[in-house]
Amino acid sequence: MFGRFTSSQNSLLDEFWRLQQEMDEMLGDGPFSSGGIRSLPRGSFPAINVIQTAEEVQVFLFAPGLDPKKLDVSIQQGLLTISGQRQIDVDDKSTYYRQERFAGDFRRAISLGEDVDAERVTATYRDGIVQIKLHRRESAKPRQIEIH
Amino acid sequence: MATNNTQVAGRESAIATPQQRARASESAIRAPVDIFENSDSLVLTADMPGVSKDRLDVRVDGTTLVVQGSVQFDLPEKAEALHADVRAAVYRRSFVLSRELDTEKIQANLKDGVLTVQIPKRAALRPRKIEVQGP
Repeated sequence: MFGRFTSSQNSLLDEFWRLQQEMDEMLGDGPFSSGGIRSLPRGSFPAINVIQTAEEVQVFLFAPGLDPKKLDVSIQQGLLTISGQRQIDVDDKSTYYRQERFAGDFRRAISLGEDVDAERVTATYRDGIVQIKLHRRESAKPRQIEIH
Repeated sequence: MATNNTQVAGRESAIATPQQRARASESAIRAPVDIFENSDSLVLTADMPGVSKDRLDVRVDGTTLVVQGSVQFDLPEKAEALHADVRAAVYRRSFVLSRELDTEKIQANLKDGVLTVQIPKRAALRPRKIEVQGP
């Protein structure tokens, strides 16, 4: 994504666009819409991006100004659940012109597929982004089949 | 208490040049902001997750406050997107400042992806408490 834009990064961004468009189509109001049952309207907190490679799945939670210790992240059968609270102190002696930033309790869930290994997870927090790395199970990795 | 005569925070400015406008509308995220005013300054807080200090740009251009930053990610090679709420790499907002604000003394602070910009009011224009004499 998003900072160091080499050509491969750009194609990744294009991939995001394409995917999102497909999802928007799926989430349409039509009688045959089949969006993820846990999907939320755009603008939900925290925003989530997920990428995968042959070896791992990486989840990015855009969670600025949070204490990562107060963030509850769990995974069960390929379903990643994130919940927590974002407290923004409001100064009642001040006049507010805009309050666009999310405040309060949040909970989001996203399906990562059955093949992620819940035992091998690492998570880091930097500049307001939680990055969760999950390994995929050996059996789930694509295997080259040799033809003799 | 805050003064009443301020139209400061409300208006969001147009972006300066057509090229900038095109670039911004193409890929910039509108960072959500809180803006409030107290007796001596105006405070803007913006969510810009993923932006580090060296990729943040806060400046005053004429009477316009421009806040922008870019997101840096270390992604593995051959990554494929599975889900994307965030689809751009740049945050950008701009606001027109009013004259009673002291643009020379703006202070900015970035922590855990949250930017706080403090814009003090000129000292002479801060509200003064007027003592009411009574019998």
